[in-house]
Amino acid sequence: MSGGVDSAVAAARAVDAGHDVVAVHLALSRNPGTLRTGARGCCTIEDSMDAQRAANIIGIPYYVWDFSERFQAEVVDDFIAEYSAGRTPNPCMRCNERIKFTALLEKALALGFDAVATGHYATIVTDADGNRELHRAAAWAKDQSYVLGVLTTEQLAHAMFPLGTTPSKAEVRAEAAARGFSLAAKPDSHDICFIPDGDTRGWLADKVGAERGDILDRSGAVLGRHEGALAFTVGQRKGINVGYPTDDGKPRFVLEIRPKSNEVVVGPREALALAELAGTSFSWAGLPPEDARTPFDCHVQVRAHSEPVPALAWLVAAPLDPDAVDCDAPSREELVIVPNEPITGVSTGQTAVLYIGTRVLGQCTIDRTVSAVADPVSA
Amino acid sequence: MAIYLDHAATTPMTPAAIAAYTAALTVVGNPASIHSQGQNAKRILEEAREQLAGSVGADAVEVTFTSGGTEAINLAIKGLYWNRASNRSTETAVGAGVGATARNGRRPQLPRARILATRAEHHATIDSLEWLEAHEGAVIDWIPVDALGRIDIEYLAAALSDEVALVTTLWANNEVGTIQPISEIVALASAHGVPVHADAVSTFGYLPIDFHASGLAALSLSAHKIGGPVGVGAIVVSRLSTLEPLAHGGNQQRFRSGTQDAAGASAFGVVAARASHDVADHAARLGALRDRLVTGVVAAVPSAVLRGDSEPGGRLPGNAHFTFAGCEGDSLLFLLDAVGFSVSTGSACQAGVPEASHVLLAMGLSEPDARGAIRMTLGHSTTEAEVDAFLAALPAAVDRARAAGLA
Repeated sequence: MSGGVDSAVAAARAVDAGHDVVAVHLALSRNPGTLRTGARGCCTIEDSMDAQRAANIIGIPYYVWDFSERFQAEVVDDFIAEYSAGRTPNPCMRCNERIKFTALLEKALALGFDAVATGHYATIVTDADGNRELHRAAAWAKDQSYVLGVLTTEQLAHAMFPLGTTPSKAEVRAEAAARGFSLAAKPDSHDICFIPDGDTRGWLADKVGAERGDILDRSGAVLGRHEGALAFTVGQRKGINVGYPTDDGKPRFVLEIRPKSNEVVVGPREALALAELAGTSFSWAGLPPEDARTPFDCHVQVRAHSEPVPALAWLVAAPLDPDAVDCDAPSREELVIVPNEPITGVSTGQTAVLYIGTRVLGQCTIDRTVSAVADPVSA
Repeated sequence: MAIYLDHAATTPMTPAAIAAYTAALTVVGNPASIHSQGQNAKRILEEAREQLAGSVGADAVEVTFTSGGTEAINLAIKGLYWNRASNRSTETAVGAGVGATARNGRRPQLPRARILATRAEHHATIDSLEWLEAHEGAVIDWIPVDALGRIDIEYLAAALSDEVALVTTLWANNEVGTIQPISEIVALASAHGVPVHADAVSTFGYLPIDFHASGLAALSLSAHKIGGPVGVGAIVVSRLSTLEPLAHGGNQQRFRSGTQDAAGASAFGVVAARASHDVADHAARLGALRDRLVTGVVAAVPSAVLRGDSEPGGRLPGNAHFTFAGCEGDSLLFLLDAVGFSVSTGSACQAGVPEASHVLLAMGLSEPDARGAIRMTLGHSTTEAEVDAFLAALPAAVDRARAAGLA
């Protein structure tokens, strides 16, 4: 229980459903922020007190479990490393994958619990054969199935999402108020929890430093200077200091970030269009497709709240990784996704989640893309 | 029915304390008021002061009631520091006209700014000292402790000089129960004219305390650790010592302003007198229960390691502290709680975040070992049957906690 509305109501509903429930608050920092020192957002000491107060009202025991070291290593350090490599990671997905449904779940199972229930908006459906499937929430606007796309069959078997069938967040807030939770009117958290002031760029600059470098066009010509390549994400339009008007009078977008040479490549919007996304780090949420090597119809979603678009997907033998040290590694597979129409605003490091209808089929971390423009320079 | 094995955190109020407390709550009158009703309240308060003083071998005039142990410790440490450091600086710097700014921390180095304390103190002490260091120019000389948690007396002897503001130490460690050689510490410090403060919050009621015989300058006490109410404590300050107050106002007490809590004092006086009178019997009874617990834990879980002094006379009689290799203390606490036993990991929590105990780390334990700590503390309501029930439940909890491993 984070101290927010959703997990508090989820816990109360799990109790109402007859389960034997214990509230667990995850300590993700050894030095949690506090209102006293001006921290905002989630994971403050006050949040842990809100969670405990809600647990008291529900009438369940409350404990704090310390996963600060694992969170640092597997979410925060991963976030920094991914950005440093020019990719755009999603730390909430990493947290679900490695902390909530790995570290927490493993400890819970070892201590005798059967499942981890969270306040995520998603549903679990059991098919006729008893296989568990992950589906979108009833409240489409609040749907969080995307950030749960990393869950495997084994993890789904021990997951519960009591809010998944609720038609709206307003209903959850009303229920929290009716249950007497003081946190009913608490604002939603939006930002990355370990960057409490929401300034991701400033935070990254603090951690990895920022050096001035060149802004290039696709031919390699220098158009201007930037104050640090990590301050950019692919698809970004604002804050590109290349002087206006541009040659063609059209705005420029970030196409690529090259951390090693500290360069940012920009170009026109058309150059953002991608014909293919692919990744070797993929998983299936529940049963995999019967024949994943044959292209199958699905929808692909590349951000937590972006529109899913129709696509074909299939598995192929992965191209050799030029950086691979271990040449004897077993041959890897790659999940290839070809949207029916080119897709824009996608960066490596992002997660592509595949849906069939409302069902989450699986996901991959995008590590390779193919431009939709045959010769990007002439686009 | 939960079995309570966390008496060092707080212990149930005794019926006598509840009776004294509630009776005094019905008495109207501010002890500082001049009218008869005020004098009535004052009488309750001063009887309590005499009872408390008598129970620790002090005079009533030496007792200042506080809001609890933490305030008493803050007052002792900051008050003694300010008094010692500023008196000297006023004497030496008055001609330079800087006496008034002597305590604002801007002076590069105050005379007598050094404070000696062990690395195994309670957070009320550690945080007070770190604050003095950060804001008031104090220089803290942390005294090592040995593997049992006992002060390195040779280090203390070498570190003492008349330039030391004060020495502060737990009388007995609140986590691992190790009793410190108070008379040796005081003898060494007195040779240099250095005042010693002892935090006896976890000691009072479990060991005999004779303030005058100890030679201490100041002693901190708390009511709720011996069956009195929470929110009531006291500092005992020798007639020969003085310190600067924390709170200023009506000067109701020697070192503290604020309307006095006659009811809280009354309950404290009653339990203190009883605790002092019964201390030998109480310690003997708890010591026997503790020995039964320690023997039983080692028999049930042979890999368990008793921390602190294994000599029964070297530790608080109600304290049993173990580490369980490969277990997370908070897993063990959770599993024991789930089957009805209240124990502690013994270490400080911030927002409930369990940390490896600084006391265990100071004793030389590795962080993984320190994280497997569980403290059981026995008190006036503990029975043999409760200890045996705990021993029966422990092995299953340890097995399961070990399976869950270290996070």
